[in-house]
Amino acid sequence: MPKVTYIEFNGTEHVVNVEKGLTIMEGAVQNNVPGIDADCGGSCACATCHVYVDDDWVDKLPEQSDAEKDMLDFAFETKGTSRLGCQIFLDEELDGIAVSLPEKQG
Amino acid sequence: MIKTDAVIIGAGPVGLFTVFELGILGLNSHVIDNLDKAGGQCIELYPDKPIYDIPALPVCTGESLTNNLLEQIKPFKNEFHLNQRVNTIKKNNKNWIVETSDHLIFETPNVIIAGGVGSFEPRKPPIEGIERFEDKNLFYSVKNKNQFSGQEVCIFGGGDSALDWAVELSKIAKKIILVHRRDEFRAAQHTVDQMMKLKESGKIDLYTNCQPKDFIGSSSIEKIIIEDNQKETKEIKVDSVLAFFGLKMELGPIVNWGLNLDKKTIVVNTHNFETNEKGIFAVGDICSYPGKLKLILCGFHEAALAAQECFKRAKPDEKYVFRFTTSSSDIHKRLGLK
Repeated sequence: MPKVTYIEFNGTEHVVNVEKGLTIMEGAVQNNVPGIDADCGGSCACATCHVYVDDDWVDKLPEQSDAEKDMLDFAFETKGTSRLGCQIFLDEELDGIAVSLPEKQG
Repeated sequence: MIKTDAVIIGAGPVGLFTVFELGILGLNSHVIDNLDKAGGQCIELYPDKPIYDIPALPVCTGESLTNNLLEQIKPFKNEFHLNQRVNTIKKNNKNWIVETSDHLIFETPNVIIAGGVGSFEPRKPPIEGIERFEDKNLFYSVKNKNQFSGQEVCIFGGGDSALDWAVELSKIAKKIILVHRRDEFRAAQHTVDQMMKLKESGKIDLYTNCQPKDFIGSSSIEKIIIEDNQKETKEIKVDSVLAFFGLKMELGPIVNWGLNLDKKTIVVNTHNFETNEKGIFAVGDICSYPGKLKLILCGFHEAALAAQECFKRAKPDEKYVFRFTTSSSDIHKRLGLK
């Protein structure tokens, strides 16, 4: 199972094993990692699962869809490494990925 | 003061179906929602996305589901009160007094909260203390466009609202300053083309790959500071600011109503989906109980059960009789059938 490190805004780290095929967002919600709201439930419609992907992993991710880019317009304090957690599906390639969470969602 | 059998908070699919379940029991209801139309998340967030788990509908969209529900509740002629949210709920003997942000007041034995993940509110720029500028010269929607006449107006955003208003206000404003996080726009191509023409003719100053950094002013905004991807900042003098960063969902005043909450949800029993307050119910995504699933179909079930208790509270002197829609002449009458 891919291992994901979630780093809260206050620095608290959560390392969880997430089932292959789930998303970064689902991994957080199902393991009670605070800081990801996922209001719309993963339909790329709300921008409340915004994460900053660790620099080492940015290039390993599939490109953003237009829908994800559009939704990121609504996220709080985006950076170049911003992604929506619901659009990143985990597999063995992404084993060890780390993401930081913004100060707040929306 | 409007007297009614039930006030439903939230016009999403579950709120709409609650109208139906109350209606076939002979109860009238009023529906309140902060959006400008019925449908909730289904309409606001994913009108075109397919939904596959509505019983007996192999596939539908958020929009078609909403339209079908509106058709289904038509016979009950319930009233909608849109563009406003419920601010307060107060007890008055066995009834509840419900007041909205537009100062509509209802008296009802039953309040059914079908609020999803909360009410939709404008998303604000991430700048501290901007509340002091709100409704002075910082706005999240345009109510009276003439107030911008002759002004230098800064518009933030890259969607339809931002571009539509940039084009429209450029006709009366002195200058439009349009600021967007990316260099691509989410608006209709026709509007993007119009905006680009206005940029060339000097009516619109366009700043892409820029985000708001600070708003400067004492009681109203005098200038804005924007920052580009290279962290370079720029100061621009403005007369007013329009921010179109979409909507977000907030539980809002619901947290002040004395209901038992579990994170962002309202705790209910699974017998009739009543909260810890008699006559206040919660159904759909906003309620929680052991085993709760946030599915539209679960919300429909919750609405049906809550409606039975609403009947007892609204008509304490009438005997409750369970009836099927297939055979009950009373229900057929309520549905307007002969």
